[in-house]
Amino acid sequence: MTLSAAQVAPQKPWQSSPKEMAPTFLLLLASLAASVAVVAITPMKGKLAYAFLFFIFGTASLSIRKWRIRGRAAAADAIVSSIALTGATLVFTPVISILATTISHGVKGLHWSLFTQTMFSASYQDPISAGGLLHALVGTLYLILISMILSVPMGILTALYLTEIKGPGANFIQFIVQAMSGVPSVVAGLFIFASIIVTTPIKASAIAGAFALSILMIPTVTRTAQEVLLLVPNDLREAGQALGATQWKTVATIVVPAARNGLITATILGVARIAGETAPLLFTIGGSDKLNWNPFKDYQGALPFYVWKGLLMGTPESIQRAWTGILILLILVLLLFVAARTLGGRRMKSK
Amino acid sequence: MAEKVAPPSPREITTKPRVSDRVFRGTVTGVGMLSLLILTLIGLFLALRGFQTFKSEGISFLTGYKWESVTSDSGKVTNVFGVGAMLIGTVLIALVALFVGVPLSVLCALFLTFYVPDRLKKLLVSVVDLMAAFPSILYGLWGYFVLMPMAEYWAKLLYKYLRWIPIFDAPQPFFERSPFIAGLVLAIMIIPIVTSVSREIFAQTPLDRIQAAYALGATRWAMIKTVVLPFGSSGVVGGAMLGLGRAFGETVAVFSVLNVVFKANFHILYGAGGNVASMIILKWGEAVGDETKALLAAGFVLFVLTLLINMAANSIVKRTLKSGK
Repeated sequence: MTLSAAQVAPQKPWQSSPKEMAPTFLLLLASLAASVAVVAITPMKGKLAYAFLFFIFGTASLSIRKWRIRGRAAAADAIVSSIALTGATLVFTPVISILATTISHGVKGLHWSLFTQTMFSASYQDPISAGGLLHALVGTLYLILISMILSVPMGILTALYLTEIKGPGANFIQFIVQAMSGVPSVVAGLFIFASIIVTTPIKASAIAGAFALSILMIPTVTRTAQEVLLLVPNDLREAGQALGATQWKTVATIVVPAARNGLITATILGVARIAGETAPLLFTIGGSDKLNWNPFKDYQGALPFYVWKGLLMGTPESIQRAWTGILILLILVLLLFVAARTLGGRRMKSK
Repeated sequence: MAEKVAPPSPREITTKPRVSDRVFRGTVTGVGMLSLLILTLIGLFLALRGFQTFKSEGISFLTGYKWESVTSDSGKVTNVFGVGAMLIGTVLIALVALFVGVPLSVLCALFLTFYVPDRLKKLLVSVVDLMAAFPSILYGLWGYFVLMPMAEYWAKLLYKYLRWIPIFDAPQPFFERSPFIAGLVLAIMIIPIVTSVSREIFAQTPLDRIQAAYALGATRWAMIKTVVLPFGSSGVVGGAMLGLGRAFGETVAVFSVLNVVFKANFHILYGAGGNVASMIILKWGEAVGDETKALLAAGFVLFVLTLLINMAANSIVKRTLKSGK
């Protein structure tokens, strides 16, 4: 006799029912009331006091309840649970605050001529309706494009070396790539200044900036690409070899196409890594306020540089510019991030 | 009646790769080695350009507190370059960042690994990754306009109640742009990397041990205490060191919220600190000639410092991840 569907309806006996949740909820409410009361009668004041007292009262009351029901170990468990929850809350609060302040400050300065004008004829101290950041957008676009051309092939080929060739030096190169991902951005800028700008005919320009950014982008692309290539099942490689394909054919026609979405994700993550970098640009692009269509010559502007100038200038108008600039930069980064996530997610599903 | 079939001529079997393969392997290996070349070149060029400074200043480049380039009326330039105060400041700020950031990251990683339902977990992990993708100048801007007013108040509280502890004392009650505030901003910036490394390591905890602990009647905390933490602690140390490397090299965000002063200051609440990376961009604007070289030398010091920390951190993390398999 087979079981009917009604009999096997899944149950989750370990989950607390609403009836069991009620005391927890009441205790939290009571601790909130208690903290308000304590703040009212003692000299303590401010949001900090509320948060602190609520944490203390909430943790204490919940753990005492657990102690009475299930003993000491359960009480310790309850305390740690609420500490972990508090820790996670403290981690996520700044993210919300950062997003909220950037949006609320940034949208005040948004207007269409931002995208059609440059700062050539306007000063940072002017109201934000004068001038725009077209030059910075063009600069950032150039920086991203050139960095991609430089670092994506190199990153993916390095990843192929680490996953497909696995030569005698693979472990060492892996180590080097990891070390490279820790190079401070300011050092990347200084290096390009000391090596390229001082000694070669290439002066401060978009391409010099892109060189510096590539140093930061290559390790990101390599590491993500490597992870993706490792996900390609070995059966596929063996199938290719069994059909008589050379390694080159196997990699080019089987492994790389199989990992295509992941490799695009690697590229996007690399771009997200460098799109907002400021420090290397301070040494390498010159930070022009003029529109410059030539990425190989003359000073270039960039969005982070625009924000940086606005912040350093320190007047209310220039700071408004900084917020608006960072909002546009943040939108760019968010778009890249979501794109990387969706592509990555699709790959996981198709597996 | 069998027809005679000529036996197939013997084939030569070889393991020698074809030309296309040799080209492929050669190219990929060559590109793979490029990253080594780049890393070497970074060290080489910065050391080369900074060599003159190292020679003229000697060890006092690392221990001296003064950074001066004075041109007298007769046109003679007197230079004194020392990054001692900046190194002290860098370490101090990084320690504040670790002290605040690492416990929060570990708690957050535990929370994400063992407490959160799967659906919410995916979202929160994305948020942590997003934190890592925020531009550092965004942290600087936010730190200056949002965090600093709050942190100043916290600093006042610490000063009021804990000033008997030497590091919370201050020569004057001036708390703006202090190492404490810079450390807090950095703490938020290192949280994503420490959290994701810790999470990765906690997730590698052998499942049979976790289930054994539960089967013996352990609560969640007892399981974490007896299984997860002993297994993952060295990996967390590695993650913290990765964060430390990040904290040493961070530039723009620290510069935005720190008052760089060429003096050794151990009072974290007092608004005068140092930071090698911030000092470099502070001085870069007006630097000419020898001072530029000295700044490149400072960059070299920073490079070596972060490189060593990162290498140590990576090997620790790698070892822990391996021990779980």
